[in-house]
Amino acid sequence: MVFEKIREIIAEQTGKDESEITLETNVKEDLDADSLDLFQIINDIEDEFDISVEDPEAIVTVKDAVDFVESHKN
Amino acid sequence: MTTRIIATGAYAPGQVITNNDLAKIVDTSDEWITQRTGIKERHISSGDNTSVLAINTAKQLLERAGVEAESVDLIIVASVTPDYGTPSLGCMVQKEIGAVNAVAFDVTAACSGFMFALSIADKYIRTGVYNNAIVIGAETLSKIVDWSDRSTCVLFGDGAGGAFVEKSETDGIIKEEIGTKGELYDILTEGYTSCSNAFNGNESGTDPLWYVNMNGREVFKFATKSVVKSVERVLASADVSPDEIAYVVPHQANVRIVEVISNKLKIPYEKFYMNMDRYGNTSSASIPMALNELNERGLVKRGDKILLTGFGGGMTWGTMLVSW
Repeated sequence: MVFEKIREIIAEQTGKDESEITLETNVKEDLDADSLDLFQIINDIEDEFDISVEDPEAIVTVKDAVDFVESHKN
Repeated sequence: MTTRIIATGAYAPGQVITNNDLAKIVDTSDEWITQRTGIKERHISSGDNTSVLAINTAKQLLERAGVEAESVDLIIVASVTPDYGTPSLGCMVQKEIGAVNAVAFDVTAACSGFMFALSIADKYIRTGVYNNAIVIGAETLSKIVDWSDRSTCVLFGDGAGGAFVEKSETDGIIKEEIGTKGELYDILTEGYTSCSNAFNGNESGTDPLWYVNMNGREVFKFATKSVVKSVERVLASADVSPDEIAYVVPHQANVRIVEVISNKLKIPYEKFYMNMDRYGNTSSASIPMALNELNERGLVKRGDKILLTGFGGGMTWGTMLVSW
């Protein structure tokens, strides 16, 4: 559930197909995302799961994002 | 009764500084700046201060509105880079154009400044206190930018834009709102002067916070969220759908912010009028300069629904739905 939602958010912001996004995907390097794409992805994740991401630099792969949400959501 | 824009104007200093020019003084590149911001070049004053830009805009407005200076009731100038603490830019404009019967003052709301100024002028006009107003946004941001800081110096430019407004029974401002979230004031600052005097030991001289200082991530987040919500509220209160909008004139900060806003509001990107590629971010001048260009190019006709939306330091925002 969390992964699917995060995958949707990332696909929307990067314009890439969801099929290109797996848990191992490195968002910056594999999807050609820059710092502003990442800002917006993090913003959307924060809004979607009602959490706060203090250290966006720590989220490098999709799995990092999923793990963060899993450990922080209510 | 509402307030209608009957003329627009703008003035930018002649000197153009390109991304490649900046790459010679800081470690940056045309490619990086263009991709991150959409800015290619900006106008930087060779010495003319903000008042000159505002005065030239005011003169153009009078000419285009076909109005005598003596019949101007109100002059409001929005700026965060005035020449003086006092006199206001408004008073300097008043003198130079000979608007002897006007009341003039400045408003400070950073990049939302023009929206705040227009909102105030609208209230004076709607309540019948004044019949017309010159509303201007004018900046020389070049004097508050640290030209050795590549994270900020690439973003900003100098310029002024304005509108001549008067009361109208038909077209004009349909709905508007301005807002502030003071708890975020420290994510975007400029122009700090410390309290140094003969009776305290505080250091005098230029404070590092004189120069623009920005938490990029937080500003980006604020801008995208506040604009989207503000536009949604204004459209809802006017019962107007996004499809009815001919153009959106957003504050010209960064195309990447506009992309997110376009996506969230479901208003096509092509409807967002932008000239930040040629002017950079001119703070309170940015919306009126873009609006003026839209107008000069003949892209808007009477009755078109236009959305103006600004956001900036404070943090502040302002959105206006206008029937042109």
